[in-house]
Amino acid sequence: MLHLALKMLMGDRAKYLMLVGGVTFASLLMTQQTGVFQGLLAWTTSHLRNMRASIWVVEAHVDYANETKALRDTDVNRVRSVAGVDFAVPMYQGILRAKTADGADKMVMMIGLHGATLFGRPPVMLRGLLEDLRLPNTVVIDELGVARLSGGRARPIGLGDTFEINDREARIVGICRTERHFFGYPYVFSSYDQALQYAPRQRKMLSVILAEPKPGLTPKEVALRIEQETGMKAYTTAEFAAVTVDYIWKNTGIPASFMTTIILGFIVGIAICGQTFYSFVLENLRHFGALKAMGASTSRLAMMLLLQALTVGVIGYGMGVGLAAAFGFMVLESGMPPFVLQPATLWKTAGAVLLICVLAALLGIRKIARLEAAIVFRG
Amino acid sequence: MTTPRNPSATTAVRLTRVSKAFGLGDSRTLALKSTDFHAGEGEMHLVVGPSGCGKTTMLSVMAGTLNWDEGEVEVLGQRLNELSPRAITAFRGRHIGFIFQQFNLIPTLNCVENVSVPLLLNGASRAVAEKAAAALLAEVGLPDKLTKHPGQLSGGQQQRVAIARALVHAPRLLICDEPTSALDATTGRQIMELLAHVARAPGRCVIIVTHDSRIYRYADRITEMEDGRVGRILVGEDLRHFVNQPH
Repeated sequence: MLHLALKMLMGDRAKYLMLVGGVTFASLLMTQQTGVFQGLLAWTTSHLRNMRASIWVVEAHVDYANETKALRDTDVNRVRSVAGVDFAVPMYQGILRAKTADGADKMVMMIGLHGATLFGRPPVMLRGLLEDLRLPNTVVIDELGVARLSGGRARPIGLGDTFEINDREARIVGICRTERHFFGYPYVFSSYDQALQYAPRQRKMLSVILAEPKPGLTPKEVALRIEQETGMKAYTTAEFAAVTVDYIWKNTGIPASFMTTIILGFIVGIAICGQTFYSFVLENLRHFGALKAMGASTSRLAMMLLLQALTVGVIGYGMGVGLAAAFGFMVLESGMPPFVLQPATLWKTAGAVLLICVLAALLGIRKIARLEAAIVFRG
Repeated sequence: MTTPRNPSATTAVRLTRVSKAFGLGDSRTLALKSTDFHAGEGEMHLVVGPSGCGKTTMLSVMAGTLNWDEGEVEVLGQRLNELSPRAITAFRGRHIGFIFQQFNLIPTLNCVENVSVPLLLNGASRAVAEKAAAALLAEVGLPDKLTKHPGQLSGGQQQRVAIARALVHAPRLLICDEPTSALDATTGRQIMELLAHVARAPGRCVIIVTHDSRIYRYADRITEMEDGRVGRILVGEDLRHFVNQPH
């Protein structure tokens, strides 16, 4: 009988396409929006992955990774003096104004690396030498920087080219690859001392202290010691990522906005599928009545309806997730918008689609259960 | 006119003092009023009467598709009063075939698939069910319509498919609700000839509820209903006389 249930479903081409379309739309919306949201969340912690330090020491009131509250220069030595710290280096981070060849102002994320160690260096150097940052007025920019800072030039900005940061000349000695920063600004790496020259002068300029634990000690226990002995906040990378994501959840409208869209996708899925499936059952009520009269039990008819709903669910889910994945591949190259498709997203979408289908089927099953087979004898 | 056969003495359907009411309070209507009814195996039994006299209600009760309020219902030796709703459904699926006024073929299934439904409901494999369905469709004169859908058939052809569906699992009781009323006179006669030809079988009782006086001549017995009760029961000479008088 189950193959006949599928023929009944697919024979009504318009309703079948409507049902599959509804589930596809719901799956696509839920998967794609979750993927973009996950991508955006990944951006919030990309800074941590770009620097790759084990311990981040920041001012005690810093709430998340992209926030800067300056420390005193002497704080570096206080951290170095904590037992268990292998080494600690200063790092500057700040948003500065750069001027392109056509005179346009572009904001950049300036990173000042400790000159001796260049610790916190960009993950991948594409061209040039990072060590050249030790030369005066030199910077390394990322690929986004190449795209943003090439205005007014016949060819993309590259090695040896110069531009201005806060009216000071910056010569490019390297091009690197980074994960995009949450704020969307290109990274410009310089030495710590040079970065302080580019940045507007303030009483305290040190943004972050990057530290590593001595061999045999975990970052967590050393971070704890730093906090206890200096009063500053010390995070492991994982902890800093967690508080950053937590901050975004609690203090921005981003999650609410995405969750609204995702929930709307779910509701639209329920509305379209529930309504269409119910109307499919209503239109076939006499036939279901005839099947009941011919000896089909309610449970057998319920199985048929469930099979029909789940078939629509599987096909619609596959198409929706497939379209979301295609979207992901399309934006993979540019990285805009951010998109991360995690296995958990696929499972959760599958669960939501299953729920949509079961709810839609239940509406029909309820109707069938109350249906008297005698309906077929009424003209 | 076909020659009336001698009905078997064995009871196929017996209703004893069956009552059925619809609605509550002031709107309560008694559709069956302590009705007695009997149909024997091997007979073609017509139930006739004006609209609203309770024919369809009685048919629904004996088919086990409608609960009744009082009385006893015995079908093919089984007292339906003793069965659970689930057991009645299973009993119906095994032993009763149905022909409906509006055919009730599933439009998205082809003829073979429609006809195979009762066998599939009784647990037959798809191959067995479709083979039997094809054979029966050939018997009712539709060997070339196996893969056609109901929408591609005329009313008479659809009713032939419905007859095949009603008979495919060899039921001992065939219940027909106005099988010719949706058809023109010629097609209606053809359908009745077909029913008389293929549905009659030793031990099988065919009960037909109808308004259509043109088919009275096919009956072995006619039960007249009036106002929720069984009135005259016509058989033999009385039946011959009734059939020949103008209606």
